Amino acid sequence: MDQKPQSRFDTALGVILFLVMIGALYMAFLGAPREKTMGDLQRIFYFHAPSGIVGLLAFALNFVGSVMYLIKKDRQWDNLALASAEIGVMFLTILLVTGPIWAKPVWLVWWTWSPRLTSSLILWMLYIAYLLVRNYVPDPDRRAMMSAVFGIVAFVDAPIVWFSIRWWRDIHPSPMLETGGLSPAMRPAFYTCWAAFMVLFLYLVRRRFYLESARNDVELLARQVDIAR
Amino acid sequence: MLAMIWAIFRKDLLIELRTKDSLNAMLFFGIVVLVIFNFALESIRESIRAAVPGVLWVAFAFSGTLGLNRMFAAEKENSCLQGLLMLPVDRGVIYLGKMLAATVFMLVTEAVIFIFSLVFFNLTVWNEIPYLVLVFFIGTLGFTTVGALLSAISVNTKMREVLLPLILFPVILPVLVNAVEATNIILNTVDYRTLKLPLTIMSVFTIIFGTISYLLFEYVLED
Repeated sequence: MDQKPQSRFDTALGVILFLVMIGALYMAFLGAPREKTMGDLQRIFYFHAPSGIVGLLAFALNFVGSVMYLIKKDRQWDNLALASAEIGVMFLTILLVTGPIWAKPVWLVWWTWSPRLTSSLILWMLYIAYLLVRNYVPDPDRRAMMSAVFGIVAFVDAPIVWFSIRWWRDIHPSPMLETGGLSPAMRPAFYTCWAAFMVLFLYLVRRRFYLESARNDVELLARQVDIAR
Repeated sequence: MLAMIWAIFRKDLLIELRTKDSLNAMLFFGIVVLVIFNFALESIRESIRAAVPGVLWVAFAFSGTLGLNRMFAAEKENSCLQGLLMLPVDRGVIYLGKMLAATVFMLVTEAVIFIFSLVFFNLTVWNEIPYLVLVFFIGTLGFTTVGALLSAISVNTKMREVLLPLILFPVILPVLVNAVEATNIILNTVDYRTLKLPLTIMSVFTIIFGTISYLLFEYVLED
């Protein structure tokens, strides 16, 4: 990644994001047909499912950044890990907020401790913990080291959490695309929303990454000024 | 390598036997947790046996966290950590020695807390004891494998004691869930064939995180 805070690529990405977002909103609310039993309520799915997928992707990226930092000791990898963790937590928050809004009328409860729900919640908590570790280590190099180790622990833990509670009864609808449960008429809306969330993710990660790089530079300058005095 | 692990293990054990800093705190806190649960579960006193596995593991986890907090905090206080780091051994060896010492402290505490729970909740167990020992042992090992690594992370932070439970409990969840399930099978459903699944998951967790922590420990102890 280049170091310029606002490259032409980012401007282009912003424009694409704007257009694909408008498209996603149109498809989700007007383009897609009404669901037979759930009615308009089902439309929340177009935001719920993509935010889960993008959240997982963000945490995978955090894992890559963490491992690479331990190997290369280059702060850029740490910045990538931080950016993806923060944005992953944001997407998982969307997932955990939209879920209960849908569940209350359909399941008649806000929350149930089914495997899928429980492991999403624990995943969210793991990365909040990751951000907490970052928050409380003052020295930047040590912070990068500690959080890289915790990032690896968190990412390895996630599948074990899933397997360890798998035998619980699950009432969450199974992944629609694998089982073919999503009607073909609804697919364009889903794919548009998915694309919109992916572009949003890419855009935000890049912004956050540059912000953190800039912060590193300021820190470094401040230290040099201190030494010069 | 075994001799080096033993040396560090023995050092931690000796310090603890002479000061009894952590053990006293762990024991007392575990018992306090039991008493509090006794009041919290007042309304289901008739069927309290069903709640005992959960209560026990909450007490174990809370008192274990106290012990893990002291593990590196004590080393930091008198710059003992520098001495430890100067040892001509692999950092993973330090991890293993300290992790095993923490496991022993926790197991001792658990035994006492368990005896108190028998009294407080009016339980009678005899034949179940070998199975319980097995579950307590594997569960505790799972807890300390990750706990020792995260304890070393949390001493590097400003918040130390406050941070450890916040970052440890989400990670340790698979062990807690399965330890409670296994204890519940022993105390309540008594279908020992179903014990295999939770024990396997806990063992897999322990092996995976034992290896990861062994490898990553050098990074958290740097400097």
